[in-house]
Amino acid sequence: MTAPASPTKVRGETILSVDHLVKHFPITQGVLFRKKIGAVKAVDGVSFELRRGETLGIVGESGCGKSTLARLLMRLEHPTAGRATLAGRDLFAASGSELRRIRRNMQMVMQDPYTSLNPRMTVGDIIGEPFEIHPEAAPKGSRQRRVQELLDVVGLNPEHINRYPHQFSGGQRQRIGIARALALRPEVIVCDEPVSALDVSIQAQVINLLEELQDEFGLSYIFIAHDLSVVRHISDRVAVMYLGRIVEIGTEDEIYQRATHPYTQALLSAAPVPDPDARGRRSVIRLHGDVPSPADPPSGCHFRTRCWKAQEICAIQAPQAVPRAADPHPSACHFAEVRT
Amino acid sequence: MSQPTPASATPPGGHLLDLRDLHVEFRTQEGVAKVINGVSYHLDPGETLAVLGESGSGKSVTAQAIMGILDSPPAHITAGQIRYRGRDLLSLSEEQRRQVRGREIAMIFQDALSALNPVFPVGWQIGETLRQRLGMSRADARRRVVELMDLVQIPAASKRLGDYPHQFSGGMRQRVMIAMALAMEPKVLIADEPTTALDVTVQAQIMDLLADLRRDLDMAMILITHDLGVVADVADRIAVMYAGRIVEHADVRSLYRAPAHPYTKGLLDSIPRLDQRGGKLATIRGLPPNLMRIPSGCPFHPRCPYAQQVCVDVVPHDLVLGDGRTSACHFAQEVRDDRTR
Repeated sequence: MTAPASPTKVRGETILSVDHLVKHFPITQGVLFRKKIGAVKAVDGVSFELRRGETLGIVGESGCGKSTLARLLMRLEHPTAGRATLAGRDLFAASGSELRRIRRNMQMVMQDPYTSLNPRMTVGDIIGEPFEIHPEAAPKGSRQRRVQELLDVVGLNPEHINRYPHQFSGGQRQRIGIARALALRPEVIVCDEPVSALDVSIQAQVINLLEELQDEFGLSYIFIAHDLSVVRHISDRVAVMYLGRIVEIGTEDEIYQRATHPYTQALLSAAPVPDPDARGRRSVIRLHGDVPSPADPPSGCHFRTRCWKAQEICAIQAPQAVPRAADPHPSACHFAEVRT
Repeated sequence: MSQPTPASATPPGGHLLDLRDLHVEFRTQEGVAKVINGVSYHLDPGETLAVLGESGSGKSVTAQAIMGILDSPPAHITAGQIRYRGRDLLSLSEEQRRQVRGREIAMIFQDALSALNPVFPVGWQIGETLRQRLGMSRADARRRVVELMDLVQIPAASKRLGDYPHQFSGGMRQRVMIAMALAMEPKVLIADEPTTALDVTVQAQIMDLLADLRRDLDMAMILITHDLGVVADVADRIAVMYAGRIVEHADVRSLYRAPAHPYTKGLLDSIPRLDQRGGKLATIRGLPPNLMRIPSGCPFHPRCPYAQQVCVDVVPHDLVLGDGRTSACHFAQEVRDDRTR
């Protein structure tokens, strides 16, 4: 299998650029005349850049908008506002053949390997289906060979091409999902919680596979997960989301060693560490309460209702994710400082 | 936190809960799945035992056998004893089991949304056992429900009695379920993956709550989980399960410091660490076995880097290591002393 064809392929240049992306889902009332009474602000002004060959981890708790963000990038949802470009092409203005070209270049790996594969299709049909939609990617005669190559690339037996998903374990199914995502030789793969449904011993195999494929094909990943350890392991840069916004973004080291946003600090400190000797010696920040509803987020800084540093200004003015005096990576906190 | 008890010591009067050589199989149309193959563990008052395993290891089925809530068919308990305060629960009548269930041993489940009844208010559901089992009046039960909801730190408890499960967040629902389990003041609480469905910050709140309640109410707890991080935070002792057997049993500190079973070692090596950015993760090769065709000898041998011919031929017995730990591995000492991590 050859690397994805692309005119310019410089490692480190920006391939995906997202600018103030917003997605509000309307809340309606009434049956016939559906009156809009509010909106769930699932994604509320998200900007970031993804570079070639890089993995950008996106972490956050349920309801923070990370999966809606993935669906927006895949154009499964249309944004309320904002723009994004993939390899220079406008993601949301495209239609017709332009859109198909964009979609070929960005693929997705889903969370649940049990529901994301059609149980009535053979593995060969599942992995080969992208070729039905994009016939130019592989001529008809060569498709079976391509599918077998893909099975081999993800570490499955190419002879199993005629088996059905139920004949595979969870980890093997996730490999099938990865093979399907690779079929069109995309440059960007959005992974939405790709290992969270897997057992610990299988999780490591799939993470290693994703890293090998990245090296081999120069892929860029958006890696969405709630497990902070997994994200740290695989990511070059990490964005932390809370209630539809990115509160902090930086290199793996900036986020895990020098986080300046209180939410990131709380998230990191709450993650259990597999070391009994650390028990009682870790200083854990206990957040109170739950994440507020995205239909009615707090004014100003969304995190202020659970934040121990919150002052008056936090309710009035939403802090921007900009470099802070405490550390030069962007952090959306008026009182950003490195935790000691 | 109580002192870790060595796996072998028996207090005078016996253990609070004592499983002896439990065997469970599921008889299905496709064949017989041997789900539990000789599990023994025990629990003493006030301590926390973690039962760690991956899906299909039998950790939840063991708990369901203790509670007496296995679906039969397909499940059949084919051998073994579950002794609670010296009495074998398996020899009791269903009516006698009911007296133990909830009152002596209670359980909370992973998925609070599906464990709660969506069409009844949570106050009614928490109070159900109080009215049915203790014969409390509605007014008394209501007072006690508010107390229980306060105990599990549900804010504005008296206002939320009439709310339905869908009106609570995931963390609050888990608190409702804990309140239900505590209604009869059990001596043993079995928590089956209590925080797996929850977010990290909420998980920390619930684990704190469980630890406080365990101490304040002097309960013993069995924590069933796959999460090595959670275990390290709360457990005194740990039993690691694989293919329906306990492969290693030790106090938590010794086990994390020097695992004595290749499976435990493999698990500890394969988790990404929050405090380290690593290169390639170590993996355990292959897949967990099909329980209808468990490999001969040691069930872990096809995946084990230490495996020799003896592992294919002979089922390893629990090897008692010097410090009161056990490991079901022919090479337990070599594995424990192997520091190539």
